[in-house]
Amino acid sequence: MKALLVRDLKLAFRAGGGFGLGIAFFLIVVILVPFSVGPESGLLTKIAPGVLWLGALLACLLSLDRILALDWEDGTLDLVATSPLPLEGVVSVKALAHWLTTGVPLVVAAPVFGVLLNLPPQGFLWLVVSLAVGTPALSVIGTFGAALTVGIKRGGLLLSLLILPLYVPTLIFGAELARRGAEGQDITTPLLMLAGITFGVIALLPFASALVLRMNLR
Amino acid sequence: MGSIWEYANPVKFSQTVSRFLTPVAVLAAITTVVGLVWGFFFTPDDYRQGSTVKIIYLHVPSALMAINIWFMMLVTSLIWLVRRHHVSALAAKAAAPVGVVMTLIALWTGAVWGQPMWGTWWAWDPRLTSFLILFLFYLGYIALWEAIDDPDTAADLTAVLCIVGSVFAVLSRYAVNFWNQGLHQGASIMRAGAVTGADTEEKVSNVFFYPLMMCIIGFVLFFIALVLLRTRTEIHKRRTRALLARERMA
Amino acid sequence: MILRVKDVSVARGGVAVLEGLSFEIGPGQALVLKGPNGVGKTTLLRTVAGLQPPFKGEVDAPEEAVAYAAHSDGLKSMLTVEENLRFWAEVFAQSDIEKAIQAFDLAELRNRLAGSLSAGQKRRLGLARLLVTGRPIWVLDEPTVSLDTASVQLFANAVRAHLATGGSALLATHIDLGLDVTVLDVGPFRAKQGDAPVSGYDEAFL
Repeated sequence: MKALLVRDLKLAFRAGGGFGLGIAFFLIVVILVPFSVGPESGLLTKIAPGVLWLGALLACLLSLDRILALDWEDGTLDLVATSPLPLEGVVSVKALAHWLTTGVPLVVAAPVFGVLLNLPPQGFLWLVVSLAVGTPALSVIGTFGAALTVGIKRGGLLLSLLILPLYVPTLIFGAELARRGAEGQDITTPLLMLAGITFGVIALLPFASALVLRMNLR
Repeated sequence: MGSIWEYANPVKFSQTVSRFLTPVAVLAAITTVVGLVWGFFFTPDDYRQGSTVKIIYLHVPSALMAINIWFMMLVTSLIWLVRRHHVSALAAKAAAPVGVVMTLIALWTGAVWGQPMWGTWWAWDPRLTSFLILFLFYLGYIALWEAIDDPDTAADLTAVLCIVGSVFAVLSRYAVNFWNQGLHQGASIMRAGAVTGADTEEKVSNVFFYPLMMCIIGFVLFFIALVLLRTRTEIHKRRTRALLARERMA
Repeated sequence: MILRVKDVSVARGGVAVLEGLSFEIGPGQALVLKGPNGVGKTTLLRTVAGLQPPFKGEVDAPEEAVAYAAHSDGLKSMLTVEENLRFWAEVFAQSDIEKAIQAFDLAELRNRLAGSLSAGQKRRLGLARLLVTGRPIWVLDEPTVSLDTASVQLFANAVRAHLATGGSALLATHIDLGLDVTVLDVGPFRAKQGDAPVSGYDEAFL
């Protein structure tokens, strides 16, 4: 398991590994928003938590088909399936590697981008917390989508369509947590719900992902 | 009389369907037409909503079907995964496009109804939003069926998607309720619930209720007829495929 | 460590391709499958490796004993030869990769990126992967593709050494490796179509 994680991280950081793609996309979204809605700082403050969450989600979505597709093409998944590693563990490690290379950079970059969108000072803490708690769910759900579509050529668009409704609850509670944090409201409910979703999908979804991966390998 | 699983045999299923399809279809047509005509022409206008209330006879049955068809797909998907009956998987596949159309009718009639009532074609009301999400689930489900060549793998993967999707659909429903209440406090003009059958039953007297029930039964029969027909078509398609494959190998 | 295949039928794309195959491979033995393209050798090997269930019959292989190698080697072009081997060794809970590097003459290439290797060198690396799994039963699908004569000899030696230490191998290949092996022509086991009942998962529809 550790070997798989280390290898995935190494591959992500080497040339052509796609590391930084998500963060670049995140930056593009954040920079373009003021151009499209206008520079009025009150408006930006109001929409900042939502835009930051949306940008992070789209950046995440962009890199989902890399989670399993490359390993599928070069036969790694076949070989891993015949190895002692349980597929449930493999998909969990894959999701973890995706989160470390895509989710964590987004969490780290978000406060910087928050400045660009005029996020109020009290909003930064909860923005970071909401992304830190919510992005693992995005990676785990995304891995499920990647496992579903791994056998399909050019499955990227289909993957986005399948994942879109599955991301809705995470987006709602994550963005709501960030918004309430920024406006100084009570954050208990969205925080608990977001954490519940994240822990729930981490505990259960890898079984579904491994199941569909097995079906695809057959 | 054998067990119900006898009908899981595709050939037996096809034969049985051929016997029942016409009566069910005729009954569906009669019930729906009678229900709609009764509702449109022989019920009084609502004292507050005027004649617009009559869209209820399309809106409520289609909305109910939109949800129940997904539920039926969930059940047949589970049967497929557990018992490996092909008819079950194909019935889920056959039901999905009907579900999409029902969802679209519900959304469309909702918009047409909402325009004069709420003054807008679309509002991010929790119920409307949930139907939009349901619509996306249907689209994804159908797209996944279409994208996979191997029919058994397609049946397997879509079945898992349906089950996982159901969990997320319920989750989305709660999330959307929470989200709307959180963002648009005091959005009371929508009065969530005004469009449900249950609420209508209380609000609306029996004059409206009986034709509405008639329409609902008509839609259910209509759905059954369509699913039987479409499942039979899917079985024939698979049969053709199998025969062609045999031809090629021989 | 005996691999038993009992009356196995395999299906590809819903249609049975091979049926009624039975064989047994014990320690020190190797079996070479021969047959025309498309007859179902790859499907059979994937079934033996446990990647897909047999359509009928039974594959009886000891737990975690099979090492499978096919056209795709599971190699990452952005990792070096050594990193690739070390990864697979760790996945299979082994630590020694030196033997594999020696056996396939990869010592000079060990710090090269796998992406910069020639097709034959990549193939050697892919076969070296078998040695680091530490598994006794090799299931190999066309292992000698794109290998030159010298490399084929390296491979034959590796198989010989593997058999000598009690391992076994099931290979689909058209090249004579100069080994003392049993050859099984799968042609006669081609599934008969036409006379009922056909097999494959579509049979329910006929």
